Amino acid sequence: MCECCNGKKDIYLPEMCTITKRRMLNGTELYMHLEKESGEEFDYIPGQFVEVSVAGIGEAPISISSSPTQKGLELVVRNVGSLTKMIHKMQVGDKLGIRGPYGSTYPIESAKGKDLVFICGGIGLVPQRSFIRYALDNRSDYGNITVLIGTKCHDMRLFREEIAMWEERKDMTVMETIDEAHECWNGNVGVVTTLIPKVESDLPTSQVLICGPPIMYKFVLMALAEAKVPEESIFVNLERRMKCGVGKCGHCQINEYYVCQDGPVFRYSDLANVPEAI
Amino acid sequence: MSVHTVTKEQFKAFVSALIDSDQKIIGVQAKADKFAFGELTDADALRLDYDVTILPPKKYVLPQKEALLQFKVGGDSQTIQEEEKVVLMGVHPYDMAAINQMDQLFSQGEYDTHYMNRRQNITIIACDVVTPSENVFASSMNTATVDQGYDMLLTDIGDSYVVDAATDKGQALVKMMDGASVASDDDLNKRKSVQDKNEAALNKHQLECKPSFLPKLLEKAYDHPVWEEKANLCYSCGSCNQVCPTCYCFDVQDEVNWDLETGCRYRAWDGCLLQNFATVAGDHNFRKKRSDRFRHRLYRKGKYVPGKIDGEIACVGCGRCITACTSKIANPVEIYNTIMETTEIS
Repeated sequence: MCECCNGKKDIYLPEMCTITKRRMLNGTELYMHLEKESGEEFDYIPGQFVEVSVAGIGEAPISISSSPTQKGLELVVRNVGSLTKMIHKMQVGDKLGIRGPYGSTYPIESAKGKDLVFICGGIGLVPQRSFIRYALDNRSDYGNITVLIGTKCHDMRLFREEIAMWEERKDMTVMETIDEAHECWNGNVGVVTTLIPKVESDLPTSQVLICGPPIMYKFVLMALAEAKVPEESIFVNLERRMKCGVGKCGHCQINEYYVCQDGPVFRYSDLANVPEAI
Repeated sequence: MSVHTVTKEQFKAFVSALIDSDQKIIGVQAKADKFAFGELTDADALRLDYDVTILPPKKYVLPQKEALLQFKVGGDSQTIQEEEKVVLMGVHPYDMAAINQMDQLFSQGEYDTHYMNRRQNITIIACDVVTPSENVFASSMNTATVDQGYDMLLTDIGDSYVVDAATDKGQALVKMMDGASVASDDDLNKRKSVQDKNEAALNKHQLECKPSFLPKLLEKAYDHPVWEEKANLCYSCGSCNQVCPTCYCFDVQDEVNWDLETGCRYRAWDGCLLQNFATVAGDHNFRKKRSDRFRHRLYRKGKYVPGKIDGEIACVGCGRCITACTSKIANPVEIYNTIMETTEIS
């Protein structure tokens, strides 16, 4: 901050955060717990994302996976590019640059008193977990909680111990499926849409939250339309290339919306005239 | 604030004095058979009678490549702020209108200190058009003249310029103009006739509707065949983006210095017509089709950006994209008119 900036802070300047825990969730997904170097707590709402950077390599938008009811920030990073490859090499005590949080949030207030149905495909579970944990930590605020998880194959399943703990709980329902059968897997086989008819909550009065790969939305939304879920009760969490995170660079635009500011969480009924969204 | 008249000889002396000052002076100069903004070291080289520059003056408010942060590799970063004072001479009204739009876009919502600081360090001397370019259509876009954003506006009335100082910075410059006198009624009439003429004459392509109608028109045009027809010839080269005074999309990248220990995070112009503009990690491209990218640009100009700046259309009619496009498909007027002719609007 300096005089010439009218006392305004530099929106592109990251804050240094320390990796306090790390472990691989599967062959490609790294879980990290971060704390601010300054010792301050992170201030965010489930659904938001941060820009993560390593100086000299680059910066990328990453969903927040933790709940603000817990300490620190949890991220899950897939090893797909030069930045994430570098992050995968980092150890506890190493530092990352963080900007944010940015973007819209899950309907944590308006969903109170209602049943929640989370539909997660692949790493779509990562941002959904933020609201799932938030709802579990504020359990009496919400109705039934159902979590549907679809994963491509057994080896790519995420948060296995945590899901096992969720399955033990009496106050939520978890259903999991994998696309391809596997000898170590006794559960459901098929895409995540096959779990929708098994949901016990009254779908038309539930809040349905979806996050997964681009191809998944179309089929899940068709199944929800068949189940008579109003579009106002459906929330989608969209992925785009949020390069700046602050509504300037143009990369994440879908029609008139900027995913980094108007999203990533959208009420599906708001996307009726947004053909680029789904 | 005040309007003066200065002879062209007196103006040249003023430009020489500016060049000798501690500010960086940017002006329009001839470059082969075209014109370009560049650093001015000789008052004789300034060409205020130019038709259009190859690139818009956007490159001084949003440089092609601009360092945002400096860092230690893997470590802390610090903000880099441009401190240099610049005088930008010869900005045409349509380009001024474009800068006015970017000023709004970079200051609204999250305030971009890099852009705004650079902008505040620039003094703009705009000038009314003397020679219309081959593809200008500013008259159609209501940008043939401009009444805000500049510090000083010059109008060529023959042997003299009428000098309109609109800000304190502009007033200070007028004080440097030896021989400047308060503009006479006659001079003001001459200025009015130049501006009135430009209001109609900067129009090599006629948009068949008011620009303010474009957002409504585009509501009905999403599936129009024109996108596919035009984009079939598109090379996805992004030339239309690069020469556009209102295109401001950028990429952010890190660059490490030769010492391999320090470096800069910079932003650089990007273009929504380029193939991988909307590609995310894992190689999923959200705007893979050429026609989708082509349509996106015309929607940004006619509908999306206007939604952010009180309906102002984000095409200022400079005509540079028409000239720059290899396939001759980029003419926005032709596209919007085609839609007008073939779409029923209730």
